[in-house]
Amino acid sequence: MELKLGKVNISDIQFGEKTQIEDKTLFINKEELVEYLMEDSNIKSVEIELARPGESTRIIPIKDIIQPRTKVEGKGGVFPGFVNDLETVGTGTTYFLEGCAVVTCGKILHVQEGIIDMSGPGAKYASFSKMNLIVPLIEPKDDIDEHTHEKAIRLAGLKTAAYLGEAAKEVNSDQDEIFTYDPVDEAKKLYPDLPQVVYVNMIQCQGLMHDNYVYGLNMKGMLPGLITPTEIFDGAIVSGNCAAPCHKHTTFHHQNNPIVVDLMRRHGKELNFLGVILTKESTMLAEKKHAAEYTLNVAKMVGAQGAIISEEGGGNPETDLMLTCEMLEENGIDTVLVTDEYAGRDGRSQGLADVTQKADAVVTNGNGNELVKLPPMDKVIGDISAVETIVGGFKGSLHDDGSISVELASLIGCLNEMGFENLTTKLK
Amino acid sequence: MKIIYYINQFFGNIGGEEAANQPPVIKEGAVGPAGGLENMLEGKGEVVATIICGDSYFAENQSEAKDKILKEISKYKADIFVAGPAFNAGRYGIACGSICQAVQEKLKIPALTAMYPENPGVDPYRKEVYILKTGDSAASMRKALPKMAEFIPRLLSDEEIGFPEEEGYIPQGRRVNIFSDKSGAVRAVDMLMKKMKGEEFDTELPMPVFTHVEPVPGIILDEATIAVITTGGIVPWGNPDSLKASNADRFLIYNIEDIDDLKEGEYQTVHGGYDPVYANEDPDRILPLDVLKELESEKVFNKLYNEYFVTVGNTTAVSNARKFGEDIAERLLNDGVDGVILTST
Repeated sequence: MELKLGKVNISDIQFGEKTQIEDKTLFINKEELVEYLMEDSNIKSVEIELARPGESTRIIPIKDIIQPRTKVEGKGGVFPGFVNDLETVGTGTTYFLEGCAVVTCGKILHVQEGIIDMSGPGAKYASFSKMNLIVPLIEPKDDIDEHTHEKAIRLAGLKTAAYLGEAAKEVNSDQDEIFTYDPVDEAKKLYPDLPQVVYVNMIQCQGLMHDNYVYGLNMKGMLPGLITPTEIFDGAIVSGNCAAPCHKHTTFHHQNNPIVVDLMRRHGKELNFLGVILTKESTMLAEKKHAAEYTLNVAKMVGAQGAIISEEGGGNPETDLMLTCEMLEENGIDTVLVTDEYAGRDGRSQGLADVTQKADAVVTNGNGNELVKLPPMDKVIGDISAVETIVGGFKGSLHDDGSISVELASLIGCLNEMGFENLTTKLK
Repeated sequence: MKIIYYINQFFGNIGGEEAANQPPVIKEGAVGPAGGLENMLEGKGEVVATIICGDSYFAENQSEAKDKILKEISKYKADIFVAGPAFNAGRYGIACGSICQAVQEKLKIPALTAMYPENPGVDPYRKEVYILKTGDSAASMRKALPKMAEFIPRLLSDEEIGFPEEEGYIPQGRRVNIFSDKSGAVRAVDMLMKKMKGEEFDTELPMPVFTHVEPVPGIILDEATIAVITTGGIVPWGNPDSLKASNADRFLIYNIEDIDDLKEGEYQTVHGGYDPVYANEDPDRILPLDVLKELESEKVFNKLYNEYFVTVGNTTAVSNARKFGEDIAERLLNDGVDGVILTST
């Protein structure tokens, strides 16, 4: 199975007459996009804002981030089950807009949304600050409940990304990379002597707006199973998650899963990448055991010798992470865990809610409790008052001059547990 | 730069074990290793006084010895306090750590000591005091003193002190955010490759050992006073006391004597880690007051404690949580509460 990913570089975004890409600038027909999004009867109004790297702009409260992509050749379309029909994706050619992302903004719960600063000290933590951002500000109809609201914003984000991605069809890609996935039996014949590796991708599906979707369906209750790496690049996994912004996987992170990318690049050279085991993080202990047991089962079926396990979120998902680690290790499968920490503002506390002594190889993506002060910005997209209620914020976060004091936990994507960023901790 | 130096009876040339009961004496100028250190500072620092105290005396009369030493030190307007190096001498190590900590806390003078990492003086004091790493015997004095001389200006500088491996101190147990030159994903694959090949690798997060709480024997319910605590963030509507949605820095107490049911619009959750819709619809789903009142009236237990305790468990540091637990437990014990129902989310 082979997927060609074509990178289309975007260095600026502007509103224009027609949605198109010219000289690396993405022009957006605002009216057309708004009209498309307003097709959803749950939406009362949509504003489209733009934010560029280096601008004095703060975006808050953010729900999801999505990369514009489009299928240029091959079966199906991006975000199958949502924007396009339900067909298996992951083959042919897909183009994506590099340096560009859709950021859905607007109040849902006002506790679980995040922040992006386009400049200043807050801009160093997550890659999104370095991208050109298209921000649909979505106001729902007055009478809808929170769950319908979440769904409406989720869909609007995916539709915007697919709509903008279409523009890439008219241009040539700047750089192509081919990702090849060999079926397990062939891979085993081709690379019998390389380390046999799986990636265990734990995603939240806890109900209550902590959900992720696979081919349009909630992962909740599903049996852990294999998904090919290239399907993920085509948007087969979509975030519907309203959890702590610093360490939930946005849809962007799924589309660009950096562990999958790195394993694919080393496949056939340093290791034999047998596939991705997609598994769930539930809140119930029985379901946690179910997920861990069955992950082990699938890992054994494909003959894995080593596994990377990434966590989504923190707190009770640490039990999923540690249970799965324990089971794999006890069955002779070497594991590396990818997580983050809540070690207190002074970094002196234990940073995880659950541990096992079997977890002897752990990558940490930083301490979410670190307090940072971020200067005022000339422009705020969204609603700055949210800063006092979101995760990482507190009463007193917003200062009179517009500067804010927050824990890193409020900066979306900054402690991403797929290891998308470079932040980590060191003992002092 | 004025330095005050602390050494034991042995390094103070008073005697060996037979002189270990020597009470603190103060001598003007540098004695023993203090002289060596002063030389290495090449005129940048002067040891104005050396305090010499027997190891056994300090161990057996800690608070008295400390008081006396602090009183003596406060006479000099010193910039820095230095103790040791203690190498692997246990009583000496504890004395060095203890007196350094007291000088920092009471006199606000930065302090430095040095010892072997396994010295029992390391663990109780490394969190607050910079302890440089030395060899296990006085044979490593030649190596230890230059390190101390190098580190002293760091204590007075505005520049942040670097990581233990660069600066030579024993880790103080603070996890600090830094940027790596590789992404977390690439580091994870690198680590897996090393682990699978049996090569050495460094985990980025050694697993802490959790303390386990042993369940206590059951209680007799019909005589018992029961309290209810939640980490689910249930507070009066509008969150009048501003409980944080995450990393809580306090717990709150609310009276429930005259309330039989937590009603929508009167109570809510502020927890930032779960969907609040169902909790706000009926806050009893998180803090089951309605059922507890019923059970109380049915005399299933004797009495419901008249207040409830609430905090938020969302990304809250374990150190905070432990403190809340201790404070709440103390209060409940004083008020004769026999049992607690703790609801989490």
